[in-house]
Amino acid sequence: MQLLFEQLLNGLQLSLTLFLLAAGLTLVFGIMGVINLAHGSLYMLGAYAGALVASKVGGFWLAVPAALVAAALVGVAMELFVVRRLYARDHLSQVLATFGLILFFNGIIAWGVGRAPLQMDMPAQLSSFIELAPGLPYPTYRLAVMGVGVVVALALWYVIARTRLGMLIRAGSDKREMVSALGVDIAGLFTLVFGLGALLAGLAGVMVGPIRSVQIGMGEQVLITTFVVIVVGGIGSIRGAFVGALLIGMCDTLGRAFAPMLLKLWLSGPIADGLGASLASIMIYLVMAVALVLRPRGLFPAGG
Amino acid sequence: MRLKTLALAGAALFALNMSAQAQTPVKLGILTTLSTPGGYLGEDVRDAILLAIAEEGGKLGGIPVQPIIEDDMLKPGDAKQIAEKWMETEKVKLFTGVIFSNVALATVPTILEGGGIFISPNAGPSNFAGKACNKNYYVTSWQNDNLHESAGALAKKLGYKKMVLLAPNYQAGKDALTGFKRMYGGEVAEEIFTGLDQTDFSAEIARIRAAKPDAVFQFHPGGQGIAFAKQWAQSGLKDQIPMVVAAPSLDQKIAAVVGDAAIGIAATTHWNTDFKNPENEAFVKGFVAKYNRQPTVYASQGYDTAKLIGAALKATGGKLDDDAFRAAMLKADVKLTRGAFKFNNNQHPIQDWYEVKAVKDADGKVSLQTAGKVLESHKDAYAQDCKL
Repeated sequence: MQLLFEQLLNGLQLSLTLFLLAAGLTLVFGIMGVINLAHGSLYMLGAYAGALVASKVGGFWLAVPAALVAAALVGVAMELFVVRRLYARDHLSQVLATFGLILFFNGIIAWGVGRAPLQMDMPAQLSSFIELAPGLPYPTYRLAVMGVGVVVALALWYVIARTRLGMLIRAGSDKREMVSALGVDIAGLFTLVFGLGALLAGLAGVMVGPIRSVQIGMGEQVLITTFVVIVVGGIGSIRGAFVGALLIGMCDTLGRAFAPMLLKLWLSGPIADGLGASLASIMIYLVMAVALVLRPRGLFPAGG
Repeated sequence: MRLKTLALAGAALFALNMSAQAQTPVKLGILTTLSTPGGYLGEDVRDAILLAIAEEGGKLGGIPVQPIIEDDMLKPGDAKQIAEKWMETEKVKLFTGVIFSNVALATVPTILEGGGIFISPNAGPSNFAGKACNKNYYVTSWQNDNLHESAGALAKKLGYKKMVLLAPNYQAGKDALTGFKRMYGGEVAEEIFTGLDQTDFSAEIARIRAAKPDAVFQFHPGGQGIAFAKQWAQSGLKDQIPMVVAAPSLDQKIAAVVGDAAIGIAATTHWNTDFKNPENEAFVKGFVAKYNRQPTVYASQGYDTAKLIGAALKATGGKLDDDAFRAAMLKADVKLTRGAFKFNNNQHPIQDWYEVKAVKDADGKVSLQTAGKVLESHKDAYAQDCKL
């Protein structure tokens, strides 16, 4: 029971991190129709900016705003100089160009910072653990990450559902030409949305920095899972991204935690361990396949 | 008179020709991994080989050597093509540098079939250590299993009876657990296989907590190892359950990057910065002076490889003739940074393995300290199948 509770917390934490990434990716994909493979690079840049500021300038609390600013600025620059030219092109051009951006950013980091992974310390106040129940310590930092994830999710919901900007974003993801015909500065809106997505990716990057290793290629690893999230949730929908992130994060964590254990009811130890691990690694793709069969446009398609 | 002049001129020309021949440098193909997160391994191997060559003024064992370097990008197919290209256009016969076993598996057969000599400074896959051993294939680092066997021997020595083992879910990960269990002999509470690119281990750490083992063994090289060690410390389990790892999960670089979270982890290795022998002290000093960073275990392997090649070249006068070179190489007539070293019949090392601990040094930096010998003159389990 205790193990289940702890694994649910782990799943929730992964889900909320995935949501931060998926929110930006789904908006860019849904509203602008651009497949941005370099979204993971923004996550990496956030983590690197955070790690560098934390070690060279000092302090986690300075690292977070630095990462947000760096990711958002790079995101806006990316939109203005590269992505803007891709709106009218087909998906193949977009994939090629944004894949090029991945290589570019990886190259820049390798050249400027080096290939060795970086270390990022967490703030001392959060570096310990809290005894949630007797015999169940849980890292304070992970609880804080969850807290930030929930706050950001609520804030995003508020912005999308209750503000004028949110209205434009929703309208833009639904009927782009109509919004533009009504006199809205669609180019400015696109830049803003892209910057916002980059900011969220940077936030996710700097938050996982102290947990995972900050290294080149960290963005590509997480990007695949993020795409699964937005495909399951429905492209262009923040609500879909949230539900998709929860579903995928939970499935992945619980699969890794319990698949070998369940298989041990029928199979011998080593076989169950091996098979369970393999099953856990394909679990999220199975979920995606089932979701697509039942709801081909995702669970909460934008404008659906 | 004219005859004498002619003869003199002829002799001079002949001498010139001779010396020109003697000075044709031996081409050394360093095919290694310089990009990807694993790139620092290749960088250290390359830099240490270049250091050994530079120390002799462009020579190894008194023979001029011309290094040719390329990045395999950790792609087996690309590595194979580079090797083919070098053999055709550059006439390279002597190869080294390969870091990863999957790259070695694709490249080594091509090199050997093309009449080349391959000296691995790192990868030592089991595939080439037993029946498929080859007289032109040498490994100077270790047979892959040795790393984990030594960790298993250390766990046994430390008296752990019930352990949880973790490794990535691919061939090298499974081999790691096999190697560990070969020497450990105690109860395995659980074997946990992780994803190859997984960097969040919260679910696995919760499973370890629930299994309540005496100790944990994990094999996660590079960035994965850093992430695991950090999360382990954050979970609060570090002070309750000891951890044993093999060299790739806690090399000198990882220890420095992980910092405090690494303190207390027990690891095994065949080389460490603090080894007290003149060759090693000179190497560490020279490496730090030239590159302004601490060498890792991979750097020591690159340097030792260069020294072994140097000893063989010296004995053959720079000739790469198969049998003469092999006889000289197998003698391993040179002092290495790691101390005692011999080639086994399968041309893999027979060497000692040591326990190292991550400690905080005088400057407040975390480094590895040698704590004692775990295995003496250790061989690999595949040599008996090799008919050399």
